[in-house]
Amino acid sequence: MTFGSWLALVVAIVLSAEVVRWLRHRALRHERWRRFFRHPTAAWGCGILTFLIIVAIAAPLVAPLDPIVQPDPVRLKNHAPSLTFLMGTDVFSRDVWSRFAYGARVSLGIGALGALIAVSLGSCVGAVAGYYRRWVDAILMRGVDIGLALPRIFIVLMAVALWDRLSFAWLTLVIGLTSWFATSRLVRAEVLALRERDFVVAARALGVPSSRVIFGHVLPNAAAPIIVSAALSVGNVLLLEASLSFLGIGVAPPRPSWGNMIADGAVTIYTAPWTTLFAGLAISLVVMSLNAVADGLRDALDPRQDPA
Amino acid sequence: MTAPPAPPPVAAPLVDVRDLVKHYAAERRWFGLGRPRPPVRAVDGVSFTIPSGRTLGLVGESGSGKTTVGRTMLRLQEATGGRVLFEGRDVFALDSRALRALRRRMQIVFQDPYSSLNPRMTVQETLREPLEIHGLAGTVAALLDEVGLDAVFAKRYPHELSGGQRQRVGIARALSVEPQFIVCDEPVSALDVSVQAQVLNLLADLQARRRLTYLFIAHDLAVVRHIADDVAVMYLGKIVERAPAAEIYALPRHPYTRALLSAVPEPDPKAKKNRIVLSGDVPSPAMPPPGCPFHPRCPHPLKSARCRTEVPPLREVPAGSGHLAACHYAEQPMK
Ligand SMILES: Nc1ncnc2c1ncn2[C@@H]1O[C@H](COP(=O)(O)OP(=O)(O)OP(=O)(O)O)[C@@H](O)[C@H]1O
Ligand SMILES: [Mg+2]
Repeated sequence: MTFGSWLALVVAIVLSAEVVRWLRHRALRHERWRRFFRHPTAAWGCGILTFLIIVAIAAPLVAPLDPIVQPDPVRLKNHAPSLTFLMGTDVFSRDVWSRFAYGARVSLGIGALGALIAVSLGSCVGAVAGYYRRWVDAILMRGVDIGLALPRIFIVLMAVALWDRLSFAWLTLVIGLTSWFATSRLVRAEVLALRERDFVVAARALGVPSSRVIFGHVLPNAAAPIIVSAALSVGNVLLLEASLSFLGIGVAPPRPSWGNMIADGAVTIYTAPWTTLFAGLAISLVVMSLNAVADGLRDALDPRQDPA
Repeated sequence: MTAPPAPPPVAAPLVDVRDLVKHYAAERRWFGLGRPRPPVRAVDGVSFTIPSGRTLGLVGESGSGKTTVGRTMLRLQEATGGRVLFEGRDVFALDSRALRALRRRMQIVFQDPYSSLNPRMTVQETLREPLEIHGLAGTVAALLDEVGLDAVFAKRYPHELSGGQRQRVGIARALSVEPQFIVCDEPVSALDVSVQAQVLNLLADLQARRRLTYLFIAHDLAVVRHIADDVAVMYLGKIVERAPAAEIYALPRHPYTRALLSAVPEPDPKAKKNRIVLSGDVPSPAMPPPGCPFHPRCPHPLKSARCRTEVPPLREVPAGSGHLAACHYAEQPMK
């Protein structure tokens, strides 16, 4: 670790603590966000996520070394964590901390983008099915049933078999396109209830076109469950990416992702556990944090708890 | 020189509803495999006309099918049968473009001011949307002014408004497209008594100023007394009595109307009055009783076996009076 990367790391920690403090302060003014922070874990979740996001964005600053270079494969391999190698080195003598930071970019990036694709698609399909009902609903929801029944690993394996190696963009797309089924069911249920509400009937009575009724009146009022499901989706996508990378069909090595790092370290798990430990820990922490944030959001966005 | 447009035939009503039927299919038993249940006959052959500029009051207990009549007429729900003519054109036969044009002419005001406004849109956004969609020149400020709201409300969200204020916004939204006909679906039922009169007055003023035609739905006869020109009384999806307002209040010919009227508070406290309390619950519209649908609860002293077997048609009593009642004993109404 160079002085610069230590400094960057400290700044990242302080910054994420400050962000949470600032959010908390702002929250005092709104009943909804006070409810969010009433969850003791929600603040921690926010802090951890902010820290990892800062690390991902500032990877070139916090990482002392290139995540791909192998400084000395003979003498520096499987080096235990120390002041120079914060998280040790792996079997190829690469700095685990640097790979961790750059891996955060890849893993969180796929998580966020994949979830964005999944939630947008799921919301649209769910909204269309719930709004139009009848045969549109029947066809779309049978499709969703099939989608939920197919193992996603199998779909991705097929994609890999077809295109050999998936690039980052394609991998994100494939993951996103196979992760929207649960969201669409949730949104459909919400839309089925909303479409009977008087303000939706009023919009139809005024001649507002269906697309505008769906996107202007129905979906904005289903925002709460959509946001919660987005938070949970990021965790799911992240886990899927990790398992795909572990199986060697995810992010192409030597590019680091947290899933890749676990795969690389798997052979030395007894002699050099640090090579897998930190990446595994990060994945668990992100998923746990997202669940905590989703819980907080569920409470915060629940209109039944709003003061009248 | 252009010839003056031919005046519309005097007798032609603006709205003509003929034998309107709306059945809700019931879920089958045993997860869709069993015997089908009978459908809910929410509206079962309703006919009426409303002349331009007049108000028909539609009265009945909860579940009698009033809302369903209003919504199927506006094609917000598909009807099972019957026809609705608006200015002589069949509303159910319109294609989607003609329907869009019709949406400008027929509007609706809802009962519940809390669910009838989009909670995520400000008053301004709510009112601007229809103006934009139909390319109308009206302004939000003018609409708010017309319903007696200050311009500061434009920036507010529905949850910042009182029930009465929301209902005014709902009325302004209906007015925004400059309709000729408005279905007022119990527009004051959910409001405080003090606010009810204000909103009723507003609706009456608007009708006079804009020459509006109303279908005014209410669940008791008191509310429609001052606003309706004609009154139709619904029971279990059917109209049981229809007459000019003055007639129906003076001499109700159906025992159900008589019972509803006895529940209306009399302005003169000394007026003697025998309140009729109906026994039993309203039967399910999925299984209406045979014969006269009202017979199980009917307090009429002449009630006979005929009421249990023979459906009384809606007929004019006395002939030529314009007073219709569906009772075998309409000639000898209850006192
Ligand atoms: N979507 C629906 N599906 C099934 N049945 C329905 C539906 N909407 C209404 N009904 C039934 O149709 C009947 C008439 O309902 P409607 O809402 O028209 O009555 P209403 O006279 O407006 O009553 P209220 O005074 O309570 O508003 C009721 O028995 C109701 O349960
Ligand atoms: Mg109703």
